[in-house]
Formats: sequence, C-alpha cells, structure tokens
Amino acid sequence: MKNYKLDFQLFKDNPNLVYLDSAASSLKPDVVVDAINNYNSKIGVNVHRGVYNLSYQATDLYEEARKKVAKFINSKFSEVVFTRGCSSALNLVCSSYGESNIKENDEIIVSELEHHSNLIPWQKLCERKKAKLVYVELTTDGRITVENFKKVLNTNTKIVALNHVSNVMGYETPIKEIIDLSHEVNAVVVVDGAQAVPHMSVDVKALDCDFYAFSGHKMCGPTGIGVLYGKYKLLNNMEPIEFGGDMADIVTTTSTTYKDAPYRFEAGTPLISGAIGLGEACSYLSSIGLDNIKKHEVELANLCLKQLTMLDGVTVYNNNSNSGIITFNIDNVHPHDAASVFDKNNVCLRAGHHCAQPITTFLKQLSTLRISFYFYNDKKDVEVFINSVKEVVDFFGKF
Amino acid sequence: MVNLDELYRQVIMDNYKNPHNKGLIKTDDYINIHLNNPSCGDDMNVSVKVVDGKVADIRHDGTGCSICCSSASVASKVLVNRTIEETTSLINEFYELVKGEDITNEELDEALAYQSVSKFPARIKCATLSWKAIEQALGEDNE
Repeated sequence: MKNYKLDFQLFKDNPNLVYLDSAASSLKPDVVVDAINNYNSKIGVNVHRGVYNLSYQATDLYEEARKKVAKFINSKFSEVVFTRGCSSALNLVCSSYGESNIKENDEIIVSELEHHSNLIPWQKLCERKKAKLVYVELTTDGRITVENFKKVLNTNTKIVALNHVSNVMGYETPIKEIIDLSHEVNAVVVVDGAQAVPHMSVDVKALDCDFYAFSGHKMCGPTGIGVLYGKYKLLNNMEPIEFGGDMADIVTTTSTTYKDAPYRFEAGTPLISGAIGLGEACSYLSSIGLDNIKKHEVELANLCLKQLTMLDGVTVYNNNSNSGIITFNIDNVHPHDAASVFDKNNVCLRAGHHCAQPITTFLKQLSTLRISFYFYNDKKDVEVFINSVKEVVDFFGKF
Repeated sequence: MVNLDELYRQVIMDNYKNPHNKGLIKTDDYINIHLNNPSCGDDMNVSVKVVDGKVADIRHDGTGCSICCSSASVASKVLVNRTIEETTSLINEFYELVKGEDITNEELDEALAYQSVSKFPARIKCATLSWKAIEQALGEDNE
C-alpha cells in the first residue's frame, strides 16, 4: 500500500507520530481540510435560503455532499440525514421512532458489546415505556452469534439495536442474518456502523437494515457531523425531534406541517462545512478502496498480534477479530500507567473503557488498552508500538 | 525531555505497592467522599476525620493507576494533624505543583515527587483525584 501519511499535514509536521487511535477518531487528510476551508473562505453563506448565486453554490455543495454519502453506502439521496454524529443519529431514531412505536412489554434487543450511544438511549426509552431491554448472550470470547440472537428474538421484539463492528473487540456482527430474522417478526433493525463504515464496504440496500448510523470523524471527516440512514418510508413517517428553521413546510399561528425527509430532521442552519468535509472524505476513502483499507488493517493487526502474543506479561482479549482493533492489557500495569510510556514514545492509543463499560465488565477488567489501525499506518508503527510494550514490561517490572 | 523515571519515582511506586492508611472508616465521626474519573475508571473513596478544627485522620480506598492510588496514600500522610485552613492551602499548592508551578514548600514532603506529573498533562487528574475528595470532605457543605 502506498504511503498515505503524505496526505496528512499532521504527519508532515510530526513524522514520528505513531497514531493508533483511529477507532476513537481518524486523522483528517489535507483534501478534507481544503474542502472545508474552501467553503468557509470562498462561500461561507447559508443553504436553502438566499436567492443569490453564493447561496446556490453553498446549497449545491451541501447537497452534493449528501449525494456522495448516499453513493458511499448505496442509499437513496433522501435517505441520508445529516446529524451531529453517530450518537445523535442513534438518539434521533430512539427519540422519534422509538418514542412513537414502543409500548409497555415490547422488547428491544441490544448486546453488552454496544457502545454507550447504542445502549443508554434504549435503556432510558425502556424505562419510560416500561418496555424490556433484552441482551443477546455473548459467546465466551465476546461475540454475537446468530444462534444466540435467535434465543432472544420473538414476536414481542420491536427494535433490534446492534453494532456492525464492535469498537472494543473489532468483531463483525453477523448483521445480515440478524436483519433477515428480525424482519420475519416485523422488528426494526438499527445498526451502529461507527466502526464499520470507515473500514469496510457497507451497502445498506444489500443489508436491508432499517436504520444505519455512523459518524464522520472516524472516517477522515471532521468532528460534529454524522449520518442517519433510514428507509425512506420509515423516515418520512417519523416525527421530528427538533423544530425550527428549514424543517417546516407551512407554518401558521396554530399549526405546522413538516418538509419531507431528510429535511424535517435538519432544523436550523446545518453544519454545512462539516457535511462538505464528510462528502470529500467519502470520495477520498473510495479512491483508496474500502477493500484495500480493510485488507491493509487486518495485515498490520495480524503482524502486530503475532509479536504481541509472543511477549510475556501481555493479555490480548480479541485474538481472532479479523479487524484493525487489538484490545489488551499488560499484566500488573494499570492501563493509564502504560499509556504514559506510549505517550512518551509518541504512540497514541486508547486507555480506559472505550465508552463501552458493559463489555469491559464482561472481560472482567476495569479498563483496557486498545490500538486501532487505519490505512495510513505502516510496519514501522507496529515496530515502535511493540518496542514500547516491551519498555512498559521492563520499566514496571523493576519496581 | 520527558523522563519516565522522574514520573515514576521510587516514592510513588512505594506508596502504590505498600499504601499507608488504606481502608475506609464509616463511623459518624468520619466524612466519606467518593469521586471517580469516569473516562478512565479511576475510583477513589476517602474517609476524613476532623477534631476541633484539625484534620485528625485520613483513610482511603479505591482502584486506579499507580499515580492515582499512590497519591491517596501520600495525601493521607501529608495532610493530617493540620488545621482545615492549612490543609486546604497545601491541597491548593499541590494542584499548582502538578501543573508545573515552582512549588518548594517542604510541608508537602513526599507529595513533591508529583511535580513531574506536569510533563504528562493527561495524568494530572489521576494525581489530584484523592486530593479533590479530601478537599470536598473539608468543604463548607460538610461542616
């Protein structure tokens, strides 16, 4: 794979940076930064409002970005709602579709693998509605299986909210089979795709999922922008959860009708530059090729795992994840103590519970270390990382 | 130059491996405070006893990294047998110290070892968690 570090100003400024925290947030390539700057410096006006040329240009760029995102996930243009991020996309489904459709004794299926943003909204909804939050039992190595999913699916199941790829374990959920099974009992499936869309080819039409959420900043886009995909029929029958400018159709002193989806969910001036940046990120990732990205990450992770598992005093929790994510701990060293050694060596990784406390508890840990590879990482990064692990083991071993 | 040996001084690792005053006391004469750093999982409890306006005893128990746990042990030794005002003042000096201010007050004793934390800004909240809990225990709300 070519050296993609050259596409990032951050690497040009910090050639020794070993960035292994892309699962938390990816870096932003120059083309994305340029696209954002271009809007801010050369256009800078609002969308959908002004009857002047600049405003048309802004609207064009904003809607062009929606088109790029739609193409990227193979959806229709009008099925892409821009949100503040993946969390706010999931909250939108929950607060709108969930609030209107969930009744007492209905069941919502989640798992202990979920990121807090695909767990807490459903937990709170179930509390409000006296509905039941049901967990798919994970296998001993922490996976969701179709077999275990079947055990909890029944005619009371109204919503299934699961991750496509786990942010801690890197496992890919057998989501296609789960979606098909769920539809047999007329349950709606909400997929948290935050860790999938940046790293593999995702086709929402082929999956036939009802909702699919992801964030921009994990896929080379800026922070503050995310996407909710929803089947148009569902979206266009949902109540907005925010009201104001640009989302209404006809407003009188006593009543309001809404625009069609996606606009009814985009009240107020949207994050125009963020959407443009995300659109550019989609083009950028497509030009590299999602299959190439996935292959490169898995190769690096496997190379890294081979060396990591040979070291004494290291416990890896997801040996066979077939992803770019490795979650581990160094025996008798608290992750935060280890993290300072990595920090000293310019290695950025995550230490903590990764906003997924239930799976951390499942692993019987209070916190763990996590590295995550992306297309801009290389073998040198693996080498510096492994040497840092050895340094942690040696340094804390001497006390 | 960032130096690990400086961050993890012997005094810090000694207090981590063999903490002093560990174990809470839940009787009425102790004020118990629980604080945590939700993002990393550091979790700290302190029991503080005040007699006649003086800090008579500090106990602690919790889970976390070596910087967090050792600093609770150090605080429990350094901050006792002082008036509330003296203790609060030392706590504030400790906050300045870990931010990299030039603090040389020898009353801080073993706590002076934490000056190097300033070179690892992400760890300041680890070092100060127990001190914040003690500060809260001595706060107006608990008088």
